[in-house]
Amino acid sequence: MNHELLQGKYVRLTAENPEVNASAEARWWQDSEYFRLLDSESPHLWSEKKLKEWFEKGLEKEDPHSFGFSIRTVEGDKVIGFVALFALSWKDGDTLAAIAIGEREYWGKGFGTEAMNLLLGYTFRELNLRRVGLIVFEYNLRAIRSYEKVGFIHEGRIRGAMLREGKRWDWLMMGLLREEWEARQKEVV
Amino acid sequence: MDIQTSLYEGKLIRLGPIDHEKDPEVESRWTHNLAYLRLLGASPARPVSPAQMKKKYEAIEKEVEESKNIFYFTIRCREEGRLLGFARIDWIEWSNGTGNLTMGVGDPQDRGKGYGSDALSLLLRLAFAELNLYRLSVVLGEDNPVALQFFKRFGFMEEVRRRKALHRDGRTWDLLHLGLLADEWRAQIRNDGNES
Repeated sequence: MNHELLQGKYVRLTAENPEVNASAEARWWQDSEYFRLLDSESPHLWSEKKLKEWFEKGLEKEDPHSFGFSIRTVEGDKVIGFVALFALSWKDGDTLAAIAIGEREYWGKGFGTEAMNLLLGYTFRELNLRRVGLIVFEYNLRAIRSYEKVGFIHEGRIRGAMLREGKRWDWLMMGLLREEWEARQKEVV
Repeated sequence: MDIQTSLYEGKLIRLGPIDHEKDPEVESRWTHNLAYLRLLGASPARPVSPAQMKKKYEAIEKEVEESKNIFYFTIRCREEGRLLGFARIDWIEWSNGTGNLTMGVGDPQDRGKGYGSDALSLLLRLAFAELNLYRLSVVLGEDNPVALQFFKRFGFMEEVRRRKALHRDGRTWDLLHLGLLADEWRAQIRNDGNES
């Protein structure tokens, strides 16, 4: 078994300095489709300076309920997105996961799917959590397919949780249990 | 219902503000019954001293003031004002018209007397007729069948079942997400009106 938890074939998960994250995210957020796939709130266009201040605040103390990594390509060593665990409950062994690929030319090519697989390995093998959940908007078909591919199971839909372009959209919630993930690892090997 | 009908006065209870002098003692007492805290959600249950409770109340009011997407109420006896519980609508996304409701009646002896139902009727009217939300969510554990029945009685639908997301007493339970849409609430109010 591969023991380099954060290293994949196409991408690796890294920790970056505030200025790297700030400059990438300031650029990505100007892509409205990127934001609308990622977040249900109303978007702001934050300055690089403001974003950097937030990332610097993260340096002051570690939050035991969230883990975030940047996604770097193996070829070209380029930061293309991020993955994160948040709302982590140690006592329940439960967490929510998030992923975003900011660089459009890497959409739909399996980079995100591999990054999510690395995050799952980290979640189950290092953090020893018992399940991972996530929320995805019903119009984000590419993401839904990717999550199904790594083994997430549909757990329900929050009806009409989002209003965009005059239409109501559901939030889908998906979940993956440790035992389901482990069974898939055996199949792969 | 009209503009003159109070948003806060029910038949048995009223929704009111926090009383920073009197409430800490009462709510601190409730938290020493961990079974109560477990009914409220997944976060680790732990008793809270009156001094800690005072701080919590201050933090709540600060958060309400700064975030603009939280509403917090105490539930009190309509006449003499005795503290019975609390209610909170939070995670409001104004652009989507969504919010999340948490409520509790603290003393087991005050449960099953209609206080919760009276409070929920007011809260739904507040959420849909004043805040103009499109939908309201409730999250609760599978190990709380009384609350599940309670919310279903008001038309909430089970929408999501997060499998085994709750771990207690050496076993796991599902976390349920319930939802009620404004249209469903309005239809219900019309029906109730026709019946009476």
